[in-house]
Amino acid sequence: MKTDELITLLALDRLPVSYRSGRGSMLATLGLGALVAITMMYFSLGVRPDMDQAVALPMFWVKLAFPGALMLAAIAALLRFGSPGFRLGKLKIALALPVAVVWVMAFLTLANAAPEIRPMLIFGSTWVKCPLSIAALAVPIWIAAFLALKQQAPTRLRATSAATGLFAGACAATVYAMHCTEMEAPFLAIWYVLGILIPTVLGWAIGPKLLRW
Amino acid sequence: MQRTTKEREFRDQEARLRDLCLLGLAGDARAYHDFLKTLGPHLRAYFRKRLFQLPDEVEDLVQETLLAIHTKRHTYRQDQPLTAWIHAIARYKLVDMLRARVGRENLNDPLDDEAGLFAASDTDASDARRDLDVLLQELPDQQRLPIMHMRLEGLSVIETAHRTGLSESAVKVGVHRGLKALAAKIRGDT
Repeated sequence: MKTDELITLLALDRLPVSYRSGRGSMLATLGLGALVAITMMYFSLGVRPDMDQAVALPMFWVKLAFPGALMLAAIAALLRFGSPGFRLGKLKIALALPVAVVWVMAFLTLANAAPEIRPMLIFGSTWVKCPLSIAALAVPIWIAAFLALKQQAPTRLRATSAATGLFAGACAATVYAMHCTEMEAPFLAIWYVLGILIPTVLGWAIGPKLLRW
Repeated sequence: MQRTTKEREFRDQEARLRDLCLLGLAGDARAYHDFLKTLGPHLRAYFRKRLFQLPDEVEDLVQETLLAIHTKRHTYRQDQPLTAWIHAIARYKLVDMLRARVGRENLNDPLDDEAGLFAASDTDASDARRDLDVLLQELPDQQRLPIMHMRLEGLSVIETAHRTGLSESAVKVGVHRGLKALAAKIRGDT
């Protein structure tokens, strides 16, 4: 085949395309994944029973804001990774900041607490269930993120795969926070972060082969 | 002095390509054709420089990159330099090919082939090794027929719609999907 023939062939495609519509379908796909996770949480775990009182507590909002901020940063990262030639730049700070803030909060809480209640602050009563549930809720979100990125053109497969996992984990943690009744920063700093880390590492490990285009 | 001239040339080329590309993205087939046509030699030079020991791969890679640029053109953001976007795609395709090659041939050493030294000297575009017409035959009629009419007989979308009995949008969509499927096939056989 001659390259000129191919070019003529490609120029037959008269369907206009735009970055905007590509981005739109990507965000819609991510949203669909989140919706599946919310449904899963609602029917298998259930929203926390004391929701009406919890919304009055600042910690409830911190628990949403921490993974929520991480999720937004991950979306921004996915949008950049999807377009060839983009780098993360300052976005790296936005990705690190939520975790850094929660860790500082956890450190201060532990430092100011009496030694005998520290294990309580760290382990709560659901420390096993938490990371596992977050990882399970991340599955449909990760599939959606993966499908969304398949439509794009990621050129740095390893980093992009990790970002799909990070998005899935952060989004799942936000959803899980609606169910979880733990209210201490050290719990968040360890078990939420671990729950987010599981899909991130899995994405990092298996993503590149699947994302190849 | 020479440096500034080079920089200006680069900027002019970037601006020219970008104009053609943006018109093409909006559906201007003529501009899009010129865009790809201008891009071809740049890509060829880029790959040839980096693959002087693998000349057979160059044209395949040029075509694969053109296809990738086409099927992924919705990922080009207009506030971004076009050159950076194209370079990232070309580089990705180059690395991808080399990686696949290493996996395939890490026992024998294709890079060291004395007999190949005087076998061929190629100055311009050689044919890539895959056959377009064979691949086209594998597409379903809805995609293949519009492509064949427009390509071989140079018909417009309206004429093709008349000839095939499809609606105009069906012709456009057929061509669009057909080219996407073709790109997947070409990727699959290399």
